[in-house]
Amino acid sequence: MSLVNLHQVHKYYGDHHVLKGIDLDIKAGEVVSIIGKSGSGKSTLLRCINGLEQYQQGGITVDGKEVTTDDIQMRRLALSVGMIFQNFNLFPHMTVGENVMLAPTIVLKKSKAEAEATARAMLEKVGLAEKFDSFPEKLSGGQQQRVAIARALAMSPKVLLCDEITSALDPELVGEVLKVLEQLAKEGITLVLVTHEMNFARDVGSRVVFMHQGKVWEQGDSKTLLSNPQTDELKQFIGAVL
Amino acid sequence: MLYFSDLLQYSDVFLSGLKTTVELTVLTTILGVALGTVCATVRQYGNRASQRVVSVYVELIRNTPFIVQLFFIFFGLPALGMMLSPWQASMIALTINLGAYSAEIIRAGLASISKGQMEAAKVLGLNFRQTLTRVIFIPAFEKIYPALTSQCIIVMLGSAVISQISVQDLTYAANLVQSRNFRAFESYFVTALMYLGLSILLRFAFNALGKRLFAYRTAN
Ligand SMILES: Nc1ncnc2c1ncn2[C@@H]1O[C@H](COP(=O)(O)OP(=O)(O)O)[C@@H](O)[C@H]1O
Ligand SMILES: [Mg+2]
Repeated sequence: MSLVNLHQVHKYYGDHHVLKGIDLDIKAGEVVSIIGKSGSGKSTLLRCINGLEQYQQGGITVDGKEVTTDDIQMRRLALSVGMIFQNFNLFPHMTVGENVMLAPTIVLKKSKAEAEATARAMLEKVGLAEKFDSFPEKLSGGQQQRVAIARALAMSPKVLLCDEITSALDPELVGEVLKVLEQLAKEGITLVLVTHEMNFARDVGSRVVFMHQGKVWEQGDSKTLLSNPQTDELKQFIGAVL
Repeated sequence: MLYFSDLLQYSDVFLSGLKTTVELTVLTTILGVALGTVCATVRQYGNRASQRVVSVYVELIRNTPFIVQLFFIFFGLPALGMMLSPWQASMIALTINLGAYSAEIIRAGLASISKGQMEAAKVLGLNFRQTLTRVIFIPAFEKIYPALTSQCIIVMLGSAVISQISVQDLTYAANLVQSRNFRAFESYFVTALMYLGLSILLRFAFNALGKRLFAYRTAN
């Protein structure tokens, strides 16, 4: 059964037609990499899946339930969809531990002890257990992004959306974040990631979706698609990034 | 010759004036900043209509003299059947005044917080109120804290005007004493020092609170 399903999704910003009939079906445990030129609608696609943006036509379901931007619906959705941003978006006035504990305590209403245990376990998973009491701005970009991953994981999402989460990092810090993602993929968590890391998409990802001009232009098994692209646009794109 | 010792017999008058000014300052600072926070939030995140209402209030207050606002509340409102004591009228006037000025300052703080913070809270499932109180407010206040502190001090100093509707504040005490013993220089000199002391104390209190609220700036 599909975990995330998009059916003929159209999205406009005013007159600007950004998503032009997206069909996409993601099953539990898949690692789907979304690639494509800047402006092709990759971020918009992710943001429609978690209700941050409204779409005008078509339908999106997550775990069988319709996605809308309605406030209450959105909060229910937040329980199954986690998101990690390019700029980390950690809360600067909270320690690493408080960042991770916040939503489990006030959204899931876990006790402080329980939330702390989860937070420590998640930070352990991303290799930052010892940073529990540090403030985000004392951490490197790579560490901040790993905290953001731990923060999302603490809500036990069914699917994790990642929007170019290594793009703001210095090159030497990219590896540590990808390693965490690879670990998560191995554990079977469903990942949908917009990425420019072609090696990661090929080696870790199960499927690659190439977006072009607001459409899913080409998609398929990651190794096959990247070594044997069918369309000229994808050939050109792969030529440009490699 | 100066005769500061002539003031000694009036020390009770000064102290009681000082007490009134301090009480009003503490109360109106808290209420005014609370009002300003609500207005700033509406102006930043509210719908068109409520934004419009807040804008009218803020501009009305910022473009009229405080003494006229005070007189309007104290002398004008009874015409609408609202009788207020001088103390109550002053409290309301000062709160409304600080509310408007601090709304503008606090709104700038809210505007400085990146949209990503709001979105991160949203995707974690926080509702709007939780997002504001847990995520947005503290960093927003940190950005504008010096300006907010100064504004509160300006309003405290501006409260001298309430002696005009015979609230027995510090300035009222000074007027009273110099009218009795004709020691205008001594009386106003001492009063000025007291206001200076209050300003310093208020700034000190704000700094101490800021150190606690924004501890993350200085931590480890
Ligand atoms: N908030 C917005 N308002 C108006 N246009 C937008 C907005 N966000 C994105 N767009 C436009 O939508 C298109 C797709 O953007 P985006 O999804 O960010 O692309 P990508 O992530 O693939 O670079 C772009 O042309 C962009 O200019
Ligand atoms: Mg993007």
